[in-house]
Amino acid sequence: MRRIFFFIAEAFRALRRSASPSLAAIVTVVMTTLLLGVFIPVIRASSTTTENVQSQLALYVYMYPDATKKQAQAAEKRINKIHRVKNTDFVSPNEGLNRLRENIGKSEIGKGITQLQGKNPLPYSVVVHPDDPNDLPAIQRAITPPGKHAKPISPAIQEVNSGQKAAQAIRTVTNAVKVMLTVIAALLLIVSLLLIANTIRLSIYARRREVEVMRLVGATNWFIRWPFVIEGLVVGLTGAAIAVGMLWIGKVTIIDPLAENFALIDNFSTVGFVPLIIVLLAASIVVSALGSGITLRRFLRV
Amino acid sequence: MRGASQKTLRMALLRTRRRRNRAREGRTRGDDAAERPRRPPIVELRDATVVYPGGHVALERVSFEIARGEFVFVVGPTGCGKSTLIRTLIGEVRPASGEVLIAGHDIDRLRKRRIPHLRRRIGTVFQDFKLLPNRTVYDNVAYTLKVTGERRSEIRRKVPEILRLVGLQGKVHNYPDQLSGGEQQRVSIARAFVNHPPLLLADEPTGNLDPETSIGIMQLLYRINRTGTTVLVVTHDREMVDKMRRRVLALNEGRLVRDQAAATYHEESTSEFGVRVRAEMGVGEGHTNGEPIEPTASAPGS
Repeated sequence: MRRIFFFIAEAFRALRRSASPSLAAIVTVVMTTLLLGVFIPVIRASSTTTENVQSQLALYVYMYPDATKKQAQAAEKRINKIHRVKNTDFVSPNEGLNRLRENIGKSEIGKGITQLQGKNPLPYSVVVHPDDPNDLPAIQRAITPPGKHAKPISPAIQEVNSGQKAAQAIRTVTNAVKVMLTVIAALLLIVSLLLIANTIRLSIYARRREVEVMRLVGATNWFIRWPFVIEGLVVGLTGAAIAVGMLWIGKVTIIDPLAENFALIDNFSTVGFVPLIIVLLAASIVVSALGSGITLRRFLRV
Repeated sequence: MRGASQKTLRMALLRTRRRRNRAREGRTRGDDAAERPRRPPIVELRDATVVYPGGHVALERVSFEIARGEFVFVVGPTGCGKSTLIRTLIGEVRPASGEVLIAGHDIDRLRKRRIPHLRRRIGTVFQDFKLLPNRTVYDNVAYTLKVTGERRSEIRRKVPEILRLVGLQGKVHNYPDQLSGGEQQRVSIARAFVNHPPLLLADEPTGNLDPETSIGIMQLLYRINRTGTTVLVVTHDREMVDKMRRRVLALNEGRLVRDQAAATYHEESTSEFGVRVRAEMGVGEGHTNGEPIEPTASAPGS
């Protein structure tokens, strides 16, 4: 117990004495934690939108207008056997019309659809959901092989609409954004890790004489290490606390009012604030404490 | 994470406590051994060879014994291996071959973790004092005791006591840069001796000091020697060595070239010692005391 107080006292003494390097270390931790605190939710949000878009991606296989229900069902069976097809939706002409009405809504065109006077121009169709949206082109090729004389897997199939090209464009854009953000976040993380390690190395270098004396009078390696580790802990905790405070202010003043006005932001399933804080605090404390502890190794060779 | 670190901390504390108890037992056992007729010499080298990485041979087949309570000088030109000898005795460098025994224990067989405990039983004093600049005289001396986990009441008792011994009772709350070189060296000796170690190593303790101050330091070392502590002094100061009339080990290029027993050695009190050496060197009080000075005695500052 006596020792714990000694270690804590030594750590705070060191912090007070080397105020400016300590401040630099704290600022570094604040910046890193802040950036991580912004990037993690953004990356998370962009991947959820990607997931939403991807769930909408499907192949629309239309039969000839004169194809019978039996022929259409046979075609669906064959499509289901294709590798990497998750499942299929069988859509009758009536259901197709209903879906079309739902999609188009009550605009002028929608009114036109309701005025079909009992005639339904739609054929039977099958909606094909893939295991992975990236497999869509392969599945499409399997249903209607490319080439002049190639025939679709079922004679009833008129055409395959890979559709939703816009959605695919969105998918590529969000993918690119996601990759970019991840790369930037990783770079920032590496840079700040190096910065923290360097700051700690400087502070230890400034106190190498003290370490030397400690060793001469017979301090064990862990006895020498503890004040430094506690110093790192304090730096990490302070930096993370400041950053979390800033994030919280940002959330209350900027994000929350936005979320009320725009349903869009609500739709994103972002990371919860509390788990985010816990992750950030833990990460910065562990990094700082480990940083001091490990950097000391070179000074502790017996 | 937190629980784990607390656990390891508690384990570390338990371990040191156990170790301390063991050390205490060891000490009492050692005291018992004092009554036994045969006690191993405090320092014993048998054909010790130290090779630095890079192939430089710092010590070559050096053998000697130092009995408990001896006062021994080690002399030799720069680079002859004097400092290496000290570093070997505190376990900082390990012999490539041969044996180095401290109180009968082979340093090479000592586990790395035990080396700090070896150092607690050996006081070290250096030419550059190695004081901590931002701590008072009191804190510098108390540092040794804190490192070994001494009780606070013991620290409060022992530190003023040792500072009185070295003659610094009036400078307890000064910082090292407010002290003269001789006073700083006294602090460093106080720090080395506050544990009452059985062995005190001094590496050029008077290297930075003027002759009068040097005599004071030597007198202090002699006083410590008279309490039963073995003192080993590495020095350049041939004149001082001649006047002290103690055993001299001479090293040259890593080899022991001379082991000269104190031919004209005789018991004298600390003050007698001071008066005699001052007189013989023609320095300080020797003159003012009006004692006869041999005109052939070498001039000061030569």
